[in-house]
Amino acid sequence: MTSTVPSRAVDLPSPKLGGLDLVPTTDETQKAKDFSSDQEVRWCPGCGDYAVLASVRSFLPELGLKRENIVFVSGIGCSSRFPYYLDTYGMHSIHGRAPAIATGLAVTRPDLSVWVVTGDGDALSIGGNHLIHALRRNMNITILLFNNRIYGLTKGQYSPTSEVGKVTKSTPMGSLDAPFNPVSLALGAEATFVGRALDSDRKGLTEVLRQAAAHRGASLVEIFQDCPIFNDGSFDVLRKPDQSESRVITVRHGEPITFGNEGRHAVVRKGFGLAVAPTAEVAPEDVVVHDATDLELSFALSRLSDQALEHAVFGVLRQVVRPTYDDLARDQVQRAVDGGGADLLELVQGRDTWTVRDGAVLGAVGREGVSR
Amino acid sequence: MSTDTEVGAELPDHLVAHGEIRQTEVKQTHRVVIRFAGDSGDGMQLTGDRFTSEAAAFGNDLATLPNFPAEIRAPAGTLPGVSSFQLHFADYDILTPGDRPDVLVAMNPAALKSNLPDLPHGGVLIVNTDEFTKRNLGKVGYDSNPLEDDSLAPYQVHQVAMATLTRTALEPTGMSKKDAERAKNMFALGLLSWMYHRGTEGTEAFLREKFAKKPELAEANILAFRTGWNYGETTESFAVTYEVAPAALPGGTYRQITGNLALAYGVVAAGQLSELPVFLGTYPITPASDVLHELSKHKGMGVTTFQAEDEIAGIGAALGASFGGALGVTSTSGPGVALKSETIGLAVALELPLLILDVQRGGPSTGLPTKTEQADLLQAMFGRNGEAPVPIVAPASPSECFDAAIQAARIALTYRTPVFVLSDGSIANGSEPWNVPDVESLPDMSVEFATEANAPDGSGEFWPYLRDDDTLARPWAVPGTPGLEHRIGGLEKADGRGSISYDPDNHDRMVRLRRAKIDGIEVPDITVDDPSGEAEVLVLGWGSTFGPIGAACRRVRAAGLQVAQAHLRNLNPLPDNLGEVLGRYRRVVVPEMNLGQLAMLLRAKYLVDARSYTKVAGLPFGAEELAGVLTDAVKGDLPA
Ligand SMILES: Cc1ncc(C[n+]2csc(CCOP(=O)(O)OP(=O)(O)O)c2C)c(N)n1
Ligand code: SF4
Ligand SMILES: [Mg+2]
Repeated sequence: MTSTVPSRAVDLPSPKLGGLDLVPTTDETQKAKDFSSDQEVRWCPGCGDYAVLASVRSFLPELGLKRENIVFVSGIGCSSRFPYYLDTYGMHSIHGRAPAIATGLAVTRPDLSVWVVTGDGDALSIGGNHLIHALRRNMNITILLFNNRIYGLTKGQYSPTSEVGKVTKSTPMGSLDAPFNPVSLALGAEATFVGRALDSDRKGLTEVLRQAAAHRGASLVEIFQDCPIFNDGSFDVLRKPDQSESRVITVRHGEPITFGNEGRHAVVRKGFGLAVAPTAEVAPEDVVVHDATDLELSFALSRLSDQALEHAVFGVLRQVVRPTYDDLARDQVQRAVDGGGADLLELVQGRDTWTVRDGAVLGAVGREGVSR
Repeated sequence: MSTDTEVGAELPDHLVAHGEIRQTEVKQTHRVVIRFAGDSGDGMQLTGDRFTSEAAAFGNDLATLPNFPAEIRAPAGTLPGVSSFQLHFADYDILTPGDRPDVLVAMNPAALKSNLPDLPHGGVLIVNTDEFTKRNLGKVGYDSNPLEDDSLAPYQVHQVAMATLTRTALEPTGMSKKDAERAKNMFALGLLSWMYHRGTEGTEAFLREKFAKKPELAEANILAFRTGWNYGETTESFAVTYEVAPAALPGGTYRQITGNLALAYGVVAAGQLSELPVFLGTYPITPASDVLHELSKHKGMGVTTFQAEDEIAGIGAALGASFGGALGVTSTSGPGVALKSETIGLAVALELPLLILDVQRGGPSTGLPTKTEQADLLQAMFGRNGEAPVPIVAPASPSECFDAAIQAARIALTYRTPVFVLSDGSIANGSEPWNVPDVESLPDMSVEFATEANAPDGSGEFWPYLRDDDTLARPWAVPGTPGLEHRIGGLEKADGRGSISYDPDNHDRMVRLRRAKIDGIEVPDITVDDPSGEAEVLVLGWGSTFGPIGAACRRVRAAGLQVAQAHLRNLNPLPDNLGEVLGRYRRVVVPEMNLGQLAMLLRAKYLVDARSYTKVAGLPFGAEELAGVLTDAVKGDLPA
């Protein structure tokens, strides 16, 4: 992106701890192939999941973490097969529940890098409740939401992100319900990190993954993913240069938001929201500068991505620092332990006991030394 | 305390100073059942609890039965708003909270109306007359005031204007009338404490501590309590007081404990014995919430509690924690178990340790949240898709919840499996004295995580489903262990290697292996109590029916008849000797607070003509009722 306007830098508050700071690292050099398990990958030819897997495999070595301290937890769906293909610890759980399972793991094991892999049905239909609560609590986990706007594994029913009127096996006359915008939903759920990327854009995806992994707290990364079998070409308008030029908006914190050939489109304010205008017709100071800490701006950006994909915003839309549930929970336990913990016998006896010997009550030990 | 003079001599100073010590008759009695009944807002649970603590500290054996509405505050003075607390205390070991009260304290017309049918003729009835206004009588459908007609003639009635007396006594404190009258439950407690020769210091110390932040409230309540005591002492209407000597229980250190508290302590103990952090993932639900409340206080003992967004997330998080090497625990009641079923199935497939504490309540659906029932047995046994066997442990009394939690944890950790503990509302809220175990004597439950590759082919791979020859348990390899990276999930796995397998024979083998693992769990043999050795009838129960069944057997035997009693604490797997035990008796009766779930299992498994006696009224069986059933059975008249 070439910027034609001066950038107004806004410093991100620097968190005391990074997302992976408690996870042991290794000095050994790692390669993508070290992260490939022996399981044969079984997605359909041309499935967008392949590209994401390749990007993740080649990105993981960059983290320099001990492989055994990385865990991928997934739900059910084509995308949720992901953990099988990575040579880390992994759990392929049940439909929609991966954020809940990851929560227990993250709270009890600060030394793990915990990832959730989920689909649009998994995360937003059956598991919608767990998703929003994991975000609200700000669990230190990274959630990769593979959005192909369809149910792949069950062979092509519409999903909560399918566009209205979608004709599928279960909606022969067209779907009726309005879709979720996952980024808007996550922002509404108080997510501290929300990003978006396109499956085939390795560079963009890696850039978002890098920031998501470094973020301490819940990171939601929506990945637009093609399902050539049941929703073929659903994101093609974002891939073909002639069409994507006017649609793909990539944002970076602190940089003015312009896009298209030579930055010829710009994002400007309009009422309480945002609009797109030709950069040439906009005063430089009117071009919106991305501030990932500004919730209203992030939300307005999320609304630029409509269901017809006339525009789609990529990059890190929001990132703010807020204490994570797991850090706070461990801190409470630690403080209680430091405060003297307790002795099991003391605990089970409590303060009101009496002693029986040879069938006689020998006297009660009362509360706070009061004898009875 | 056996003479009048000794009673006088032991009175606290403030009562002696009062001056008018009367000579009352003191009667020795072996056991008493008292029921405090009032409006939900009258503090009956607190009053009962407090009297219980005094009885416990005095050394009586005891059992309690709190009974309260599901509504937090049903409209005041109405029948649905009645809350009661029944306490049975004795100078010998007793088994139940008692079928019927000997003494009924009724704080208002609603409490009288709903509880009077349980009071036997001749029983003591203490009534707070202040509430018997025309309006309150009308609310519960009394056409005439029972205190004024002769409908209470069969009882020993004491009419006491508790609210007025309390208010008058508290006048000097400057409290508002309304606030002062609120302390009338302490008046009632004082009166009963006097009647049963209970000390005052314990309750006074308790009130000072309870209201530590509001000393004026503490003093007001203490004053009300003393006023009640003095009332008994000085008025003519109470001619008799009663003594119940301490019970000759086995030696040891005792405390009073409820089932939910014991369950929570058992979980803490299991964490300590296994040296694992405990993670409770849960969602509030009556009557299990107190387990969460209690465990949330014990972070200092390595317990993390997580109040999730729903039951599914609660158990999911617990399972995630188990995957990471913690002792994952979830607590709930029947409706919550329904939501957790899919995750329990996943835990069966993953073969990870997990405790599921189900404090049963009346069902189906929301059912009777505050009432007891034991109708989740088949849900625990079979309530999942596929063949998904789960071990079940069921405590028989409040204090047994401690042992049940530990046994369940040991099974879970040894065999890497989810395990159910089936408690119920009456055990959860009921209390009894507990001979506190010597914690040093509790079993070591330390676990070994896998650290090495184990592939039998020497490939240096880690096979997550290679089983232990004895227990059939798979290795527990926790993330962070180098070289053992592996993926597990709900899809069927290849025996040993653990990779995804759709092979038909493998699936058949895995289904049978999972079943064989649970069937092979070692559980203690069932013991039979058959004092004469000549009984032809065996009564077999499980869970909280232990007390009423035991009390019923005593009655039957006291009448010169023979009956054998056995009680199941392990419902899956069943004890090895159960079939043989069942075969020894001509007739088998199975009382259950459901429509015959255990009986169905026994009939299916042992082809035995076990006869059900069932009741689902939200309340425990009465001993008298069961004694009748057993007597009939002994005489050959079995329940249909
Ligand atoms: C409890 C339960 N309900 C339904 C299913 C069937 N099911 C499996 S995956 C799926 C939808 C998957 O869609 P999505 O999450 O978008 O994943 P995708 O396959 O598209 O990657 C459904 C309905 C199931 N496995 N479990
Ligand atoms: S059905 Fe679609 S999403 Fe699933 S593997 Fe095939 S292409 Fe991928
Ligand atoms: Mg999908």
